[in-house]
Amino acid sequence: MQPLTLQRLLVRCVALAGVLFVVVVVALKLGAVPVSLYGLAQDLIRFAFHRTSALSSNYSLIIFDIRLPRILLGIFVGASLAVAGTSFQALLRNPLADPYVLGVSSGAAVGAILAVIIEPHLALSPEAATLLTPLGAFLGALATIAGVYLLGRRNGGIDSNTLLLSGIITASFLSAIIIFLMNILTSRDRGGMAFWLMGDLSTPLQANLSWVIRVGFFLAAAAIYTTASDLNLLLAGEKEAMHLGVDIKRVRIVVYVAASILTGLAVSVSGTIGYVGLLVPHLMRLIFGSDHRILLPAAAFGGAIAVVLADMLARTVVAPGELPVGAMTALVGAPLFIYLLRRRMT
Amino acid sequence: MSSAAKNLATARHTDTTLSVEQVSYAYSSNPAQAPLFTLEATSLQARAGEIVAILGPNACGKSTLLKLIAGSLAPLSGRVLLDGAPTHTMTPRVRAQRIAMVQQESPLLFPSRAWEFVLQGRHPYSRTLRFESEEDITIARNALAQVGAEHLTDRWMDKISGGEKQRVILARALTQQPVLLLLDEPTLHLDIAAQVDLLDALRRLASVNRYIVVVVTHELNLAAEYADQIALLQRGRCLRVGPPSSVYQRELLEQVFQTPLTVETGPSGRPRVNVWAGPAAERS
Repeated sequence: MQPLTLQRLLVRCVALAGVLFVVVVVALKLGAVPVSLYGLAQDLIRFAFHRTSALSSNYSLIIFDIRLPRILLGIFVGASLAVAGTSFQALLRNPLADPYVLGVSSGAAVGAILAVIIEPHLALSPEAATLLTPLGAFLGALATIAGVYLLGRRNGGIDSNTLLLSGIITASFLSAIIIFLMNILTSRDRGGMAFWLMGDLSTPLQANLSWVIRVGFFLAAAAIYTTASDLNLLLAGEKEAMHLGVDIKRVRIVVYVAASILTGLAVSVSGTIGYVGLLVPHLMRLIFGSDHRILLPAAAFGGAIAVVLADMLARTVVAPGELPVGAMTALVGAPLFIYLLRRRMT
Repeated sequence: MSSAAKNLATARHTDTTLSVEQVSYAYSSNPAQAPLFTLEATSLQARAGEIVAILGPNACGKSTLLKLIAGSLAPLSGRVLLDGAPTHTMTPRVRAQRIAMVQQESPLLFPSRAWEFVLQGRHPYSRTLRFESEEDITIARNALAQVGAEHLTDRWMDKISGGEKQRVILARALTQQPVLLLLDEPTLHLDIAAQVDLLDALRRLASVNRYIVVVVTHELNLAAEYADQIALLQRGRCLRVGPPSSVYQRELLEQVFQTPLTVETGPSGRPRVNVWAGPAAERS
């Protein structure tokens, strides 16, 4: 008997943070413009002590103004998707659930595109206008998960297969709507939008938006974390959990709203990146077990690591060109998914 | 550390009473239509240390009655009082501290070890994000010991036999430190030795921990052997409540179960049912 203690939790989180740090350093180093590791270390230390004026050189601009913000964005997007996926899998009792498969990402994308279409017609200040997209994405995500949940219910309980099929059908329906909406957009917006739909971290964010992303992530992830031990009990079914004192309605509302915030934020800044929310929770479960008090933070770190790595590959494999990061996660994720599926069956 | 029994017994309510007062219920798919199933007004009383068995053919309302007692269904009329408090208006947390339910096992989505599973019984006592205390661990160990499952502590739940799993599930119910223990067909899929083991454990728990035990079952003879009271249901009506000797009447049982049978007194002095040989003989 080795129950989880705060100490064991912290040791694991520190270890994962260490891995993330190494990945971030590698991602900073690699790219179309080569950067020496020594120079990078020097600059990082200076940066850490806020001596930005003393940064050596020509490539500090590349590192701190282009690569670092992009990596930070990747960290938040990856962590958001993985935490949302982990909580969906437990709450819906479905190992294949994630924001992408359930159509929640597509719903968020529809919401975001609608916001882009509506925005010129509303006389908003530029600051408010940038926040309209994540708001639209959040509402789109929330409406989709509510719809998929209702479609997936049968005889008062969630039917795994019905739910999954509803999600897949919803996703394809929403994709059709996205194509339709894209035609309304001006051709100027359309090119960027296509890349964004595949998942893309290259667009720099306005300051207020990146602020919203960070605060939103921490609030929503913290809200989901308060349900961690409830999610553990839900693995055995809703009735069982109810008899052990879980307030299922409260857990459902907290998780659906918070996971919609996470998905909405991630989609509004990076488009629909698939497989992260699906696979990272499984990999973390293989390593750390299925106790959500450790699994949720582990998934956050794992998702961050996965997206930063995927984006690093997306930036470098066809350099100086670039792939959408969503194409990269699908290229790596789909075979990995098949492998895990086969392994599970045997 | 205190002994297993002391640790798990409910010191708070050694004189617990369960009072089911004229509860009824109706299932319907559409409120405008006639209900698909009704449970007519049913009453029974039980005290700490007693085992009550709910018997009856399939679809007679046994599980509905159990859910009404558990408070997970709100009765259409009447009420279920546990120490004077209606069970269905308790908060989920308070209810889980007082009532433990052992259901027909549902598969786990992701595998977990027996000790993790048993510790879940401490959930109604934990605060958000609180990690298990030494006390929780001691309670879980004692619960496993009390049902004779210490050796299963580190095993995976999906790698143990049905009987072993049933014990671990029972141990989890004990860690809830309930006053009322409800079981829905706990002996289903168990071989006869495992059934007797489980019922012996229930008998011990009822008398040592002073639980009220209510069990839904199809096993007429085991119920007669172990229960203090029997509630006999047929098509949503409670026909009789009382000690086995008063409920096990040949005509009554034949009429309820639609099977020719005889009732005799077994070696323990309790009634025993024999089903007549014939095409239906396999069914009792």
